[in-house]
Amino acid sequence: MREAVDLAIAQHKDQPGPLLQVLHAVQAQLGYVPPAAVPVIADALNLSRAEVHGVVTFYHFFRQSPPGRHIVQICQAEACRAMHCETLTEHARKRLSIDFHQTTADGAFTLEPVYCLGNCACSPAMMVDGDLYGRVTPEDFDAMVAAKSAKQ
Amino acid sequence: MTTTVYIPRDATALSLGADAVAQAIAAEARQRNLDIKIVRNGSRGMFWLEPLVEVSTASGRQAYGPVKAADVPGLFAAGFLDGAAHPLHLGATEEIPYLKSQERLTFVRVGVIDPVSLDDYLAHGGYAGLRRALTLEPAQIVQEVTDSGLRGRGGAAFPTGIKWKTVLDQPPQQKYVTCNADEGDSGTFADRMLMEGDPFMLIEGMTIAGIAVGATRGYIYLRAEYPHAHRALNEAIAAAYQAGYLGPDVLGSGKRFDLEVRLGAGAYICGEETSMLESLEGRRGEVRVRPPLPAIKGLFGQPTIVNNVISLASVPVILEKGAQFYRDYGMGKSRGTIPLQLAGNIKRGGVVERAFGLTLRELLYDYGGGSASGRPLRAVQVGGPLGAYIPESQFDTPLDYEALAGIGALLGHGGVVAFDDTVDMARMARYAMEFCAIESCGKCTPCRIGSTRGVELMDRVIANIDRERNLQLVEELCETMLHGSLCGLGGMTPYPVQSALKHFPEDFRKTVQ
Repeated sequence: MREAVDLAIAQHKDQPGPLLQVLHAVQAQLGYVPPAAVPVIADALNLSRAEVHGVVTFYHFFRQSPPGRHIVQICQAEACRAMHCETLTEHARKRLSIDFHQTTADGAFTLEPVYCLGNCACSPAMMVDGDLYGRVTPEDFDAMVAAKSAKQ
Repeated sequence: MTTTVYIPRDATALSLGADAVAQAIAAEARQRNLDIKIVRNGSRGMFWLEPLVEVSTASGRQAYGPVKAADVPGLFAAGFLDGAAHPLHLGATEEIPYLKSQERLTFVRVGVIDPVSLDDYLAHGGYAGLRRALTLEPAQIVQEVTDSGLRGRGGAAFPTGIKWKTVLDQPPQQKYVTCNADEGDSGTFADRMLMEGDPFMLIEGMTIAGIAVGATRGYIYLRAEYPHAHRALNEAIAAAYQAGYLGPDVLGSGKRFDLEVRLGAGAYICGEETSMLESLEGRRGEVRVRPPLPAIKGLFGQPTIVNNVISLASVPVILEKGAQFYRDYGMGKSRGTIPLQLAGNIKRGGVVERAFGLTLRELLYDYGGGSASGRPLRAVQVGGPLGAYIPESQFDTPLDYEALAGIGALLGHGGVVAFDDTVDMARMARYAMEFCAIESCGKCTPCRIGSTRGVELMDRVIANIDRERNLQLVEELCETMLHGSLCGLGGMTPYPVQSALKHFPEDFRKTVQ
């Protein structure tokens, strides 16, 4: 952990306004921003712990605990609602037996809401590990889960 | 002879399987020993046809779509590399009516070129605007933008030239050009398509802005939800540096312009310009009190241009062809073109760039073909989650800034989300409040507390608990948020709520199941 944090700091600390860059780099390496990283980052950037904690918790993108191996984000915004994303969301909850912001017991999937993926002409939309999916049906969702589970 | 095949790298095309199609086409060509070159272009913006594969033939580019990987052997067998007939053949791409009737100035190269090839950009007229700008005085560049009538395409519609002039008029010091690419409105994807499909145009627009106001550094604040745009921008920026279009000596002019992409982190509020600046500085994206304006004290306290992607990408054509050329498009005080985005429950979703003045009805039916579900369209939300819901009786309103303001709505960033008659407008009003509660930066009370109270009130209305009294409270709460919020998030969340109440009152008085 310390290594990843130190590297992120070294890469970005000389840029103007580097905190978000550092946090992005840490999360890219570790999958989340460990609470133990906060004082290290604060010290290196000459910020208070409160300032760093404040930024980590302000932005929906940053996680404070490790996610599952696959991150599934289902869009909840208007265009997807117009195509009944609530039905897809309900299906996903049941299929994975978890709610939003939770991870399956086997650590395979984390389910998150997202507010617009820019795929609004092909709703409902979903992103899995950075890959975008359009016009997602419950069957498509199950196929995605099966494909990701088979790979492990 | 090598045949060029175009398969989009646009995120929507990828979401519908474009990569699998590209792999299948490459494999099939290898197997058949055919010489092809695959170009991963942007999308033409006709998303019901994606993945749209184009083949360069003697009679121009021929389109096939929507193509699935399983269709590929059949396409080869039919001779699609020569533009032969096939059930998926759509004819010449440029002749498809949806595309042919558009007036593409900003999207002129999107879907046409290889987005990350500087040579392709130059071969299609790229950087002509910057070359002309470098022959002008800074004040002349700003005047050109002012005369074009360009207004901010992010949603606020503030005259771009006036903003630039304010920055230009500040004494020489470190100045910045920032691009607001935090396209968070549901139903909008024009910024994304442009950044993925023609990133050099944005880079050129920002460079011109920098030269015009004496700013040597630019930042593109890009939302984290757009990883494909991030890759395209970074590739294009590297190529522009390599060829001397960015850096210490732009095209040998002796003028410096550096540019980098900074990622947001999933906060809708950072599309508000002052909160975007806070975020760029590495802080919580809390809204700043204005004045001072960002043009006077912006990023790191320095004079800063903050413009939307489409505003900046409109600048090269204005400089290349002159203010009058751009101004000749449009109506009233809305000059030029706007890329409208058709989304939600719509049969033919995509991007339609036209001069201002097209009516909603033309957009929804002539282009969109009505709902995707085949049911009647009941409501559209124009301008993102803070835009009003518009009923069918107002579909003849022209899509320009003043006409929409006249019916209590707004054009915003040009997103149009269609809903069929299964929509429950009371639930959409509740969602507007819920979204505001999730995304509020927390700085001002009407937005932070008001939105949460709004959700609670709507829950009671929906559950028919003391309904009329709670509806009255919703109205009063909307007034408080409208007048008492620091920025547009709390200040405009009432628009969807109040418009839903006004035009669809029956949805708020349903019998509880």
